[in-house]
Amino acid sequence: MTGFVQTQPIAARTAPLAARYNLFRVLFGDVLSTVSTLAILFAVIALAPKLVSWGMLNGIWTGEGAQCTGVGACWAFLRAKYPFILFGIYPPGQYWRPIALIVIFVGLTLYSLPPKNWKTSTLWAWVIGTVIALALMAGGVFGLEAVPTDSWGGLPVTLILTVLSLGLGFPLAIALALGRQSDLKAVKYICVAVIEGIRGLPLLSLLFIVSILLPLMLPDGLKIDKLLRALVAMTVFSAAYLAEVLRGGLQGLHNGQGEAADALSLSWWSKTRLIILPQAISKVIPPLTNTVVVMVKNTSLVLIVGLYDLLSAGRAALADPAWPAPFAETYGFIALIYFIICFSITRYTHWIERQNLFGVNR
Amino acid sequence: MVWWRDQKFRAIALQLLAASAFIGLILWLTGNTAANLAKRGLTVGFDFLGRAARFPISESILSYSPTDHFWWAYTVGLGNTLFITVIVALTATVLGLMLAILRREDNPLAQGAGTTYVEFFRNTPLVVQLLFWYALVTVGLPSIDAPLNPLPGVYLTERGLYLPAISLNGLDMPVRAKFNFEGGLNLSPEFVAMYLGLSLYAAAFIGEIIRGGLEAVSKGQTEAALALGLAPKQALNLVLIPQALRIIIPPMTSQYINILKNSTLALVVGYPDISFVTATTINQTGQALEGIFILMLVFFTISIVTSVAMNIYNSRVALKVR
Repeated sequence: MTGFVQTQPIAARTAPLAARYNLFRVLFGDVLSTVSTLAILFAVIALAPKLVSWGMLNGIWTGEGAQCTGVGACWAFLRAKYPFILFGIYPPGQYWRPIALIVIFVGLTLYSLPPKNWKTSTLWAWVIGTVIALALMAGGVFGLEAVPTDSWGGLPVTLILTVLSLGLGFPLAIALALGRQSDLKAVKYICVAVIEGIRGLPLLSLLFIVSILLPLMLPDGLKIDKLLRALVAMTVFSAAYLAEVLRGGLQGLHNGQGEAADALSLSWWSKTRLIILPQAISKVIPPLTNTVVVMVKNTSLVLIVGLYDLLSAGRAALADPAWPAPFAETYGFIALIYFIICFSITRYTHWIERQNLFGVNR
Repeated sequence: MVWWRDQKFRAIALQLLAASAFIGLILWLTGNTAANLAKRGLTVGFDFLGRAARFPISESILSYSPTDHFWWAYTVGLGNTLFITVIVALTATVLGLMLAILRREDNPLAQGAGTTYVEFFRNTPLVVQLLFWYALVTVGLPSIDAPLNPLPGVYLTERGLYLPAISLNGLDMPVRAKFNFEGGLNLSPEFVAMYLGLSLYAAAFIGEIIRGGLEAVSKGQTEAALALGLAPKQALNLVLIPQALRIIIPPMTSQYINILKNSTLALVVGYPDISFVTATTINQTGQALEGIFILMLVFFTISIVTSVAMNIYNSRVALKVR
């Protein structure tokens, strides 16, 4: 039989013509892109020279308040006030203590980023690190001068509130999320009521409510300071939001996982701890890191209860009558700090999303 | 089997335990509260709502005077909250749509501008942004004697914005009087800061929701529509958008409720919304419990009504699966 099978390889063909990248066409190809290109170019041409002359050419870099006449940016203000904005009314001679706290928290965060470091020892490192950092801030131990929480301020307060509200909120969130999925009706409805009750309120109202109601609702004589009150509000808030994120993970889990564990006659406790939670949590790590960003931003709301966080410290610095209140520079500086923190976490979230953790198929 | 290992028994016992712990906690807290209130000689009750409020509300869409009752002050505050929420939601939706279109273009300039906007506004706290806009108006703008006048009839001053208003007899232009501008539309610095700040912030989130929704519809859908001979515009309107809406609506609902919740930040810049009225009322009357109760009631009601309404709408556009 004569074969129709090709024995010789077909000669290589030339590659098809790739569409040439045409910058002009991309920028001015149709009406929409032309309009947006022109609008953006116009905005840049109109604003950039003003910004450069305000910030660079006419900027006041050194000197006193009287030298800031308003023509240019008053960077001298930031130079004079940055310790106050960063550390609030903490005793200036003791600045190394809040700095140590920042170093501990940032160091622990950086160490915890790669998934290979997600183990029990890291958790213990966080617990010990947090205790040491808080002990350093508060003083009264190791022969350090005691500093009451009323004098804490600036970036350390922002970090403490973020770390503690998330750290204490997470176990609470697991309990609430599991409770919400429970077959026990009473447990389920209590959890639903707590989660939805907290999520229905703005954090601002929650802070407000806790700062007014908590002293009323506890036995007389039990005093809780402002920082602790704000922490209570932020913890229950983060717990409710984290619980909803975790619920997504629990619902996304295949029923067979729990059933298989039951078939192996694992107890409810072992089933939850060894089978359900590890899988549910690893499914929702990206949205969990998003909640971290939300909580970092939310710490700025504590100015409503009179705490000296980064933003309140900045506002207090602006009130100094010796300076002409350079608000754009100050708020820009504060926004930049928040931006660096939040943008890094956002980037990290994108990176972690691309890793296929634990071979979980999405 | 031992009786305490019985599943039914355990279920009932656990539920009883949880319920009694929860109720016990609430009773303990209310008991403490009652004891504390009694010790301070405070009475609980809503009688104060019928008394005259005697505090000013600087601006409102409902008419108000300090001789009005507390309940009316609450209503006026609620009116302001709803007013700012609705106009911010409308503005932010339009801006967000523009942002989504901008980021979907092939134009690298447009993409870059859109991305920069979204990343910047989403990664800084809203309070910082609001305080910035407020300071920009009250400190950054010139005094009323030398207003910024970019367009005829538009005056930007540290006391707010003066714009031409549209009335029955045509345009009503603001005119400089002895101490102030008269006529036209006057937007206070507090309102401008709230409106600008909330709209620009929410637009970044809404833009991402819309873009995400459009991208989530598989590309094959548009390609199939084009292959069937639909014009690009038809493919967008008849195939892409109806499918994207299903994905967009649930996060949009929570975004609108977020705008409502974020509007409570008015307290920071001093725009008289419901939380401002609550805080002032508590300060004046000491009726903290009642004030907080009203505030919570308002928020729960609005949140529930909004999500029910959006759920009904959602079930209409949702995919019918047989």
